Amino acid sequence: MKHFDVIVIGGGHAGVEAAHAAARMGVSTALVTLSWRDIGVMSCNPAIGGLGKGHLVREIDAFDGLMGRVADQAGIQFRLLNRRKGPAVQGPRAQADRKLYRDAMQHEMTRQENLSLIEGEAADFLMASDCVTGILLADGSTITAKAVILTTGTFLRGVIHIGDKSRPGGRMGDPPSIRLAARIESFDLPRGRLKTGTPPRLDGKSINWEGLDLQPPDDDPVMFSFLSNKPVACQVSCGITHTNERTHDIIRDNLGRSAMYGGYIDGTGPRYCPSIEDKIVRFSDKTSHQIFLEPESLYDDLIYPNGISTSLPESVQTEYVHSIKGLEEARIVQPGYAIEYDYVDPRALTQFLSVKDIGGLFLAGQINGTTGYEEAAAQGLVAGINAAQYVKDEEAIRFSRTESYIGVMIDDLTTRGVSEPYRMFTSRAEFRLSLRADNADQRLTALAIELGCVSEERKNHFQAKLERLTAARTRLEEMSFTPKDLQSAGFGVNQDGARRNGLQILAFPNAAFDDLIALDPELKNVGDDIRTQLKNDATYANYIARQARDVDTLRRDEAHAIPLDFDFGAIQGLSNELKTKLVIARPQDLAQAARIDGMTPAALTLILARLRQGKRSRSA
Amino acid sequence: MNTIYALSTARGKAGVAVIRISGSDVERVARTICGGVPEPRRASLRVLRDETGERLDEALVLYFPDTASFTGEPILELQLHGSVAVVSAVLACLSGFDGLRVAEAGEFTRRALTNERLDLTQVEALADLIESETEAQRRQALRVLSGDLGRRASWWRASLVRAVALLEATIDFSDEDIPQDVSADVVALIVPVIDDLSGQIAGAGVAERIRDGFEVAIVGPPNIGKSTLLNALAGREAAITSEYAGTTRDVIEVRMDLNGLPVTLLDTAGLRETEDAVEIIGISRAKDRASLADIRVFLTVDGVAPVDLFQDGDIVFKGKGDLLGAEAESISGLTGLGVEALVEKIAALLEVRAAGAGLAIRARHKDSMRRGLLALDEVRCALSSEDASVDLVAEDLHSAVRALDSLVGRMDIESVLDEIFASFCLGK
Repeated sequence: MKHFDVIVIGGGHAGVEAAHAAARMGVSTALVTLSWRDIGVMSCNPAIGGLGKGHLVREIDAFDGLMGRVADQAGIQFRLLNRRKGPAVQGPRAQADRKLYRDAMQHEMTRQENLSLIEGEAADFLMASDCVTGILLADGSTITAKAVILTTGTFLRGVIHIGDKSRPGGRMGDPPSIRLAARIESFDLPRGRLKTGTPPRLDGKSINWEGLDLQPPDDDPVMFSFLSNKPVACQVSCGITHTNERTHDIIRDNLGRSAMYGGYIDGTGPRYCPSIEDKIVRFSDKTSHQIFLEPESLYDDLIYPNGISTSLPESVQTEYVHSIKGLEEARIVQPGYAIEYDYVDPRALTQFLSVKDIGGLFLAGQINGTTGYEEAAAQGLVAGINAAQYVKDEEAIRFSRTESYIGVMIDDLTTRGVSEPYRMFTSRAEFRLSLRADNADQRLTALAIELGCVSEERKNHFQAKLERLTAARTRLEEMSFTPKDLQSAGFGVNQDGARRNGLQILAFPNAAFDDLIALDPELKNVGDDIRTQLKNDATYANYIARQARDVDTLRRDEAHAIPLDFDFGAIQGLSNELKTKLVIARPQDLAQAARIDGMTPAALTLILARLRQGKRSRSA
Repeated sequence: MNTIYALSTARGKAGVAVIRISGSDVERVARTICGGVPEPRRASLRVLRDETGERLDEALVLYFPDTASFTGEPILELQLHGSVAVVSAVLACLSGFDGLRVAEAGEFTRRALTNERLDLTQVEALADLIESETEAQRRQALRVLSGDLGRRASWWRASLVRAVALLEATIDFSDEDIPQDVSADVVALIVPVIDDLSGQIAGAGVAERIRDGFEVAIVGPPNIGKSTLLNALAGREAAITSEYAGTTRDVIEVRMDLNGLPVTLLDTAGLRETEDAVEIIGISRAKDRASLADIRVFLTVDGVAPVDLFQDGDIVFKGKGDLLGAEAESISGLTGLGVEALVEKIAALLEVRAAGAGLAIRARHKDSMRRGLLALDEVRCALSSEDASVDLVAEDLHSAVRALDSLVGRMDIESVLDEIFASFCLGK
């Protein structure tokens, strides 16, 4: 019988990140997946990053995770979204070559110490009372472990729909694990049903590219990883085409045959990723919708037509695809399909992604009601780190809303649950101006180093950058100019008599770092990356100072941890309604409790008082 | 942490009104309004003046440093003359200080606890009080918001949600098929809100619509003697009474002093099945107003109150007690039977609930509107300049919405996303 500290089931984006993080932290880790070749597969669109999502990738990278550097290896079209808007809302995005991505991911996984890859089907958990102690494989062998992380995506009651045909299954081609699913059902965790869809995949050779618009890559590509400098693969453009009235007529005429509109599906789909059927029904006055023709790989001709995901029958898919400019002769390599699946209500999880009522079990990824590679990977990171801490008997790591998008997501999921597949947006982060893609390393890498989850290379790179940054910042802070000095140097400044330092000057909307060099020629030695960083920090300094009180209040509440076995029922003076809500939500700290609907300051005061008393009696 | 303030005495009228201020800005406030920080823990008589030097009141002032205060923070206590005008003026003056805001119900206690100045038993004793204070404020707010201000607030909310949604859509969905520049649309949405807010703050609008004190509704079937009881309590013919059922068709209000408590009595239309269109409206109004009142006094035939209106703490009597021969739990406006007992009961119930709620609500709303207006003005300025950065504009707009949330309700990301997805066809 084999033994590991941590077992990760599933080799998708959550699984690899979880396994790699645990292994980086020095605990022996096994990743169990049906097939080795599935590791690093992108089952939906061939792109990484975007708005909010790009932030998550940067944060994963700040912990020395995989997604950013693998995407940098595989990127065939880098674009920085919102390039002309403020740096807080810029999001790196890339089309990723499927093959390059998979190869790079598999390479990273094989070379990681403490990490074993096991091919097999996880059939059941080994249990000791309410604790998971390992897994049973379908071939009858067992592996024991102190912690198990389940990252099996859509496998709980997964059903694939193409038109009126449906069959059980997770991703196209994967068999569902029935016994393991039954085991999870026996845990009686609250669950819900969601759906999502994909478009048909097209053969690029059969597309008439003549006359289609092209979307080129950025001239000045921005990478995901703090360790990368420039793209490795050659850069390509995406094609752009549009649906037309005939496309819409075909779809409208066949709505009854769509799995979604024919009444075959009950799951809730994501509103930000609607099927083409949805778009045509909900926005019937729009006569055309944009489609991006995204190349899946430099090594084959597969095209992902982003914008026409569908659950119509294959014959209808062919008909409407052929009605679109450039796609008149397009060959469908794989039809689009919708998939319906159960997710576990993430309110059943702790902020560390462990299941509240089952010892040693963590859940990460789509199974928790999220969508997207980046959201999955970020949860994998959280689960991996916390499984390692659990195994080492060290304190669990809480990701705060005030410090990262990862924290925003974990808090949203575990406090509010989901009603549609959860996707990250920058607007979900109330402290968006301080949680920027450009400073993810400064926010998180120090913690990552402390946890021992970064390589020596990352550590040295980060510390060197921090030294350069600190030196340059100190130099700016030590500058001091009167409004008169500044006026003669060409800055339009109020003659208010206040002296300003370099950072304050840089905070003027129209001041650039180069302008400071005129005031202090030594500054010409500051590197470009540091200049950009200082300008970004200065831009937001006033706003961030204004938010400091809110951040402070939230952190104070977060610091009051509520134990899982805390008896809300025993608090005198709480209304029954609130008691019920608290017992169901089981908030883990005062900040989470405060976000429960209908919470009053009086109730929070009572909880706090009871916590105080508990602490005192324990220490007595 | 903000410095917080609140009216902490229970009675809106007469005697002394106490305003407490707690937090790090207390000394700054004291220097401005009392002309200096008073000697710690000694009562001093000071003339209070606002920032422009205008005299507000002559008051007894107490200063407690953080080492010797209830909350563990510096506290300034102002014992004012208990007139509504004085209290309002001082609250308005405090709201003008940067970094000060009206305390939430229970916030002083919460701070005391955080700073380890209270033990659990003390907190539990206070809990009921805080809960009832919260409840009283909620009721007052509901009452205000079901009126004209409420209609305005829901219109402000709709405009602001839309404005936030437009800005956020250009940020989070910029790579999709949506308009690139929404500045003009956002300005068009917020300018009417700015104008309306200025009008509300400048005019007496809010102040006049909000009443201080409590509301007590008299509820029951027609012709059971509700109006007679009201007249007996009020000592004048405030409501028309007659022997015909259904005489009172609208809600009649009488303000009175009940054992020193400011109370508005509501006489409501009798509850019964009817086909008379006017009376139906009267009955539905009666129910709405009654459910928002602090206490309902039910006059019944059999001593059983209707379940849809009864709330904990309500009072139930049998009506027309003069005809029942002095039966217990019965009341009669005609003979005065049970009226004194009713007054005592109401007074006892209201004593424990905070009467300052109306004033507090008014101060909070005004404070919200003022801060909301400032933030919206910044948004308008930023949008009209060339180099407006959308992330900063969005931040100002979010501050405006947060400032107004006691009026318009909390606007979480889901309501913004709802608006975005309803407006634009998004998603590749």
